[in-house]
Amino acid sequence: MPKLTIDNISVEVPAGTTVLEAAQKAGVQIPTLCYMKDVQAIGACRVCTVEVEGARALVASCAMSVSEGMKIKTNTKRVREARRTVVELLLSEHDGDCQTCPRNEDCELQKVAHELGVREIHYPGGKAARYQDHSTPALTRDTAKCILCRRCVTVCNNVQGVAALWPQNRGFKTVVGPAFCHELDDVVCVQCGQCGAVCPVGAITEQDHIGMVWDALDDPAKHVIVQTAPAIRAALGECFGYPPGTRVTGKMTAALRRLGFAGVFDTNFTADLTIIEEGTELLMRLKQVLKPGGNGHGRHFGPLPMFTSCSPGWIKFMEHFYPDMTPNLSTCKSPQQMFGAIAKTYYAQKIGKRPEDLFVVSVMPCTAKKFECQRPEMDDSGVQDVDAVLTTRELARMIKQAGIRFEQLPDEEMDAPLGLSTGAADIFANTGGVMEAALRTAWELVTGRELPFDKLHVAPIQGLEGVKEASAKITGAKPEWSFLEGVELKVAVAHGLGNARKVIERIRSGQAQYHFIEIMTCPGGCIGGGGQPRTTTNDIREKRIAAIYAEDESRKLRKSHENPAVQQLYKEFLGVPLGEKSHHLLHTKYTARARV
Amino acid sequence: MSVEAQVKCTCGEEASEEELLARLDGVLKEYRDKPGALIPVLQIAQGIFGYLPEVALKKIALGLNKSYSEVAGVVSFYSFFSTKPRGKHLVRVCLGTACYVRGGKRVLDTLKHKLKIDVGETTEDRQFTLEVARCFGACGLAPAIMIDEEVHHRVKPNKMDLVLSKYRNGDAPVAKKRRT
Repeated sequence: MPKLTIDNISVEVPAGTTVLEAAQKAGVQIPTLCYMKDVQAIGACRVCTVEVEGARALVASCAMSVSEGMKIKTNTKRVREARRTVVELLLSEHDGDCQTCPRNEDCELQKVAHELGVREIHYPGGKAARYQDHSTPALTRDTAKCILCRRCVTVCNNVQGVAALWPQNRGFKTVVGPAFCHELDDVVCVQCGQCGAVCPVGAITEQDHIGMVWDALDDPAKHVIVQTAPAIRAALGECFGYPPGTRVTGKMTAALRRLGFAGVFDTNFTADLTIIEEGTELLMRLKQVLKPGGNGHGRHFGPLPMFTSCSPGWIKFMEHFYPDMTPNLSTCKSPQQMFGAIAKTYYAQKIGKRPEDLFVVSVMPCTAKKFECQRPEMDDSGVQDVDAVLTTRELARMIKQAGIRFEQLPDEEMDAPLGLSTGAADIFANTGGVMEAALRTAWELVTGRELPFDKLHVAPIQGLEGVKEASAKITGAKPEWSFLEGVELKVAVAHGLGNARKVIERIRSGQAQYHFIEIMTCPGGCIGGGGQPRTTTNDIREKRIAAIYAEDESRKLRKSHENPAVQQLYKEFLGVPLGEKSHHLLHTKYTARARV
Repeated sequence: MSVEAQVKCTCGEEASEEELLARLDGVLKEYRDKPGALIPVLQIAQGIFGYLPEVALKKIALGLNKSYSEVAGVVSFYSFFSTKPRGKHLVRVCLGTACYVRGGKRVLDTLKHKLKIDVGETTEDRQFTLEVARCFGACGLAPAIMIDEEVHHRVKPNKMDLVLSKYRNGDAPVAKKRRT
């Protein structure tokens, strides 16, 4: 292992380690802007510049590997001045409007400028050209704030494989954006918001729904209710100074009640409902293929493998890149949309309101959910089922705007009936979670026995590995499921659309065969969503994932089919899974879209 | 076939868009699996169409398995590539130092006025595209302009009509090779 000194501190690190990483080990903080741990180290911004003894020029520490005997200085006059100059040059182009920018006090450029002691910009000159793009329901772009760090480009191309963004033009006229500086809505973009989640400044952010929600809350004619996705409770605390992985379910509930929502409910409720519908759909598809004589349902279901359909970025990805495979997507709406449809029908009837009197707000870790709620087909209650979607970050902003001291809030419980859920719904937030929740229910339905995994966790499909697989041989199937006896059930889980593409290509080339596949758009699943507190690294993902599993294990009920409120919903309203009413309210169709 | 041979202008032969796109398909088939194919294919496509229309660029993105944003990034990076239709003749006005001080700017203004277009644009009749250049190496004979392959020396703004009319009437030699 190479030994080197950094500011006279000796440090020994494995070969291939960068100077930046070695410095972190030595307890020396080097500022960065374009660098993203595990994702991008290209030395583009030059803020992480250091002096290497014997080298003529300063080097970018993020892109320089260590070597034996290296002597690094990170805090010389030359280094301090160079870093300040780099930041001054970035600021000279950056049309930031700090005080009114949504990233104010959450901006990496602002923070670096402050830490380096930039007090004056010596380079008055041209500002970056301003194109403001409000074309999509989920995201807004402002090129005048962009510092050309390429983080969004790398995430969109290398992690998500969508490639909506690329540097356009040349030199001072360079703009990071869609082809020929068109608007995002004109190109293939799945609205996942991973670009905005890694943006160090305010160049890409979510479409703000805060104003819309305040207006609804202020309108006496509206009955405003809220649903919160499972991933929020494991991340919202970060916006209030809690360490990553702190569960704040009770405080979040209390805060929502104080904001004025008439009903504080849980997307978990419809996550449990999703498992009942989607699990049954999977069994019907299996029956259709494996049982001579078909499924006996009177309806045809799509082919195998079946893909999960909870993640709206993934759905749009399929519609653009693999429209021929959309029949493989489960027809189940996402839990967000099932909630909207149930709230404006079943719940509205219960409280004696019309669908149009209800205003349904979602709090989501996701920007694509803003797109999803505006899809034209998402109006099965007769009006738009979900009216507004707040990201985790927007909810935190609303709580601050309302003057609520989050840390002083008591822990409160969600309202019945749409606030009741099981641990199986909590884990929808994690990669592998929807699959695990589905297996907990489907296995028990078919065999009458509990899923044979320790603590009900399907360990092979947990964690941050990009593509995960598991299989289990079905034995002791009940008579009505006898066609499944001895079948080796094969499942796969992928997160990050680049990994989803790998799975699809393996299936298309015949290299792999599965029955059921879970795909989540964002790395780590919803806990790493494009609407979560910035900036999400793998360390933070792991902490949020652990918090979600802890939430699940803390529950008395951990299987969706045990949710008494969901059972009641079927009894009072829906009838049976995949029945006529479910078909109308809880299932959907997909649209083929252009590939370029 | 070499890139140069394929880049050859073929726009003189009146071909329908379908025929041109079919020609591009052939090129894409040939280059599909070659590394570094994007720039040569763009050059060839510009030779085929005279410029790079959106339909061709999208076809290239699909054919080479590249994203449209990357293709656009390359096209917009190099001034050689044009996404707008080009005229039959390319008029380039030198604004290098020598030509500039000897009235290159006035020549340019006159051309803009006569052709009723701005720099980078093409006349409505698709006869002329106007561009500026930085030095043809003809500083001693400034101001200079270049029309297609031919350099015109010591040009005078009041003679511009005469020069242009020669090309318009087809008296002047037609471009051997399209410069884009």
